[in-house]
Amino acid sequence: MDLDRRKFLKVIGITSLSLAIGKDIKAEDTKVNKEFNGVLYDASRCKGCHGCEYDCSEANSLPEPAIIDEDAPPRKTDETRRTVVNKFETSKGPVFTKIQCMHCNEPACVAACLTQAMYKTPEGAVIWREDKCMGCRYCMISCPFDSPKFEYHSPNPKIEKCSMCFETRISQGEIPACAENCPNDALLFGNRRELISEARRRIYESPDQYIEHIYGEHEAGGTCWLYISPVPFKELGMNTKLQKESYPALTKGFLYSVPSIFVLVPALLLGIQQATKINILPKENEDE
Amino acid sequence: MNKDLTDSIAAERLSVWKFILSEFKPKGKILTPFNVISVPIILVGIILIVIRFWKGIGAVTNLSQEIPWGLWIGFDVVTGVAFAGGAYVLTFMVYILNMRKYHSIVRVTVLNGFLAYLFYAGALLLDLGKPWNVINPVIGNNFGVSSVLFLVAWHFLLYMIAQLIEFSPAIAEWLGARRAHKILSGMTLAAVIFGITLSILHQSGLGALYLMAKEKIHPLWYSEFIPVLFFVSSIFAGLGMVIFEGSISHKVFFKQISDEHHKEQRGIIHGLAKICTATLFVYFFLQLIVFIHGKRWDLINTPMGYWYLVEMLGFVLLPMLLFFYSYRTNNILMIRLASILTMLGVIINRLNVTIIGFRWDIAVHYVPSWMEIVVTLTVLLTEIWIFRWVIRRMPVLWESTIWKKDNPV
Ligand code: SF4
Ligand code: SF4
Repeated sequence: MDLDRRKFLKVIGITSLSLAIGKDIKAEDTKVNKEFNGVLYDASRCKGCHGCEYDCSEANSLPEPAIIDEDAPPRKTDETRRTVVNKFETSKGPVFTKIQCMHCNEPACVAACLTQAMYKTPEGAVIWREDKCMGCRYCMISCPFDSPKFEYHSPNPKIEKCSMCFETRISQGEIPACAENCPNDALLFGNRRELISEARRRIYESPDQYIEHIYGEHEAGGTCWLYISPVPFKELGMNTKLQKESYPALTKGFLYSVPSIFVLVPALLLGIQQATKINILPKENEDE
Repeated sequence: MNKDLTDSIAAERLSVWKFILSEFKPKGKILTPFNVISVPIILVGIILIVIRFWKGIGAVTNLSQEIPWGLWIGFDVVTGVAFAGGAYVLTFMVYILNMRKYHSIVRVTVLNGFLAYLFYAGALLLDLGKPWNVINPVIGNNFGVSSVLFLVAWHFLLYMIAQLIEFSPAIAEWLGARRAHKILSGMTLAAVIFGITLSILHQSGLGALYLMAKEKIHPLWYSEFIPVLFFVSSIFAGLGMVIFEGSISHKVFFKQISDEHHKEQRGIIHGLAKICTATLFVYFFLQLIVFIHGKRWDLINTPMGYWYLVEMLGFVLLPMLLFFYSYRTNNILMIRLASILTMLGVIINRLNVTIIGFRWDIAVHYVPSWMEIVVTLTVLLTEIWIFRWVIRRMPVLWESTIWKKDNPV
């Protein structure tokens, strides 16, 4: 019994401690590892063939995409499709955009997940692990890009989102299905740092073909998926109001304060309790 | 071992069980209006819960990919827990500040708080896609320690244990277990201190849950101070609930309440009104600072801005003034009115953050389905049933005279 209690207290101790330092370790990790994998999507090259949608559904055993109506309002990813390509009428004519999980450098979904089901691999891909997830959907609340999708109509629901084909392909030394099969070279898989240089080079060499902005270089603290485009990203329906800091940074202050509250408040309470106890002894029943 | 002794122990055990079994029989009338209304709702609710586990969450809720948390989280958990805050505020006043005047209502408030947590945690399980995996973050094979939700979940669990310990002397009295009573009473202070610390953290933690949803919540309700605001408002939410609930149980459970307690009631309500005034004032002031600090003037002249003004003026400032006025004029009726306004204000505030202001900008808004509402009512009504069951049996509202002497505090 006593042993159990001690063990229990130890667990609490470790928990509250790691609540303090766990964050640090994580931040270090991402700082050290700059060699994330990533994909560069070039909107000026994409011809909107939707091939990647079919490749994705095949590689991840999802239902084949339905007939795509280009002129319908832009589609979103959902529990049956991890990526979609939409057409936008822009100031420079029709431009296509592919959307999927951005694989943030410091992902909000991973910070949110209380079971570590969402996991940032050292290689850069953010994956979801079914056996750990409890389906709380806090990752969906937190993701600034609304990437995780939930199977609302299943008694044993999954979270669906792009995994960069990590388990099925990257870990086997292959590259993501969409990037491998794109016939127009709009998707380039590689090292994130090198992809940024490549994006800069393309912008530098053809300044009138691109705007000077690499979406994902700084958005939400930087993402592994990067975009370049001939028109401002706002016209492509992308969220341009995101902050430059990572989203997990928003809860840092709160989580940092937890251990100190755990130490200070009980001590304070005990102190007050002792003080007021002495006070009431002489003049019983006067309590205000 | 002596045979007589074993026999007598066995007989004692048997009688304890008999006693417990007999306590399961209803006390009081069966066909009351409350029963007539609540039983059908609970039955429908149970059917809906079965459907939910059979067909998935989407079969009974209106949740969507954009709005993953609806009524069950926004109201049952986030709002419900705020109202359960009365327990930690009162234990603070009675056990830490030694304000013994409030001692007579501690038990009922702690019971209320404990049941609230029990049922809201239960509501949380309904909302989980894979509730069986809830064990993962508890047994420690997967600690998502950088998650606010991890913190909140653990604190729920630990706080429920603390509250159970705080309440356990009443159970011991009910069962007539003298030794256990002594041990359990001795643990009260530790449980109280632990419980208050946990409460501060998870009341604010519920707000911190939404910190990462920065662009998704209407700027009038999003700020980095959500945790502080949630914590401060949980104080008057809880006390408002204590006042409100106190006036109801005084009518309903009239017989169970001791005379002495009746007389104290006025003084207690009066004192609580004073605390409510002060905390409402602090809260209003904080909201004002957040508003000015965020430079949000241009947002006021929009429909959401008017709604914000309604919340701040009608449900924070007005009840504050009412509390202030009524405790000076000693008007109990007005205090009750103010407490109802305060509670409405907290409900509106929590729903504004979690539902109304969450994704206010998208085309398809979330409105809870009737089924979500019935399940919510089921949770609430079942809680009231259990509450009533306990009140009628255990020494919660009245003081058991035999126990009084060896247990002065
Ligand atoms: S885009 Fe969303 S789901 Fe993807 S890694 Fe970032 S936070 Fe996670
Ligand atoms: S739904 Fe699953 S993956 Fe998402 S935060 Fe909850 S436990 Fe983690």
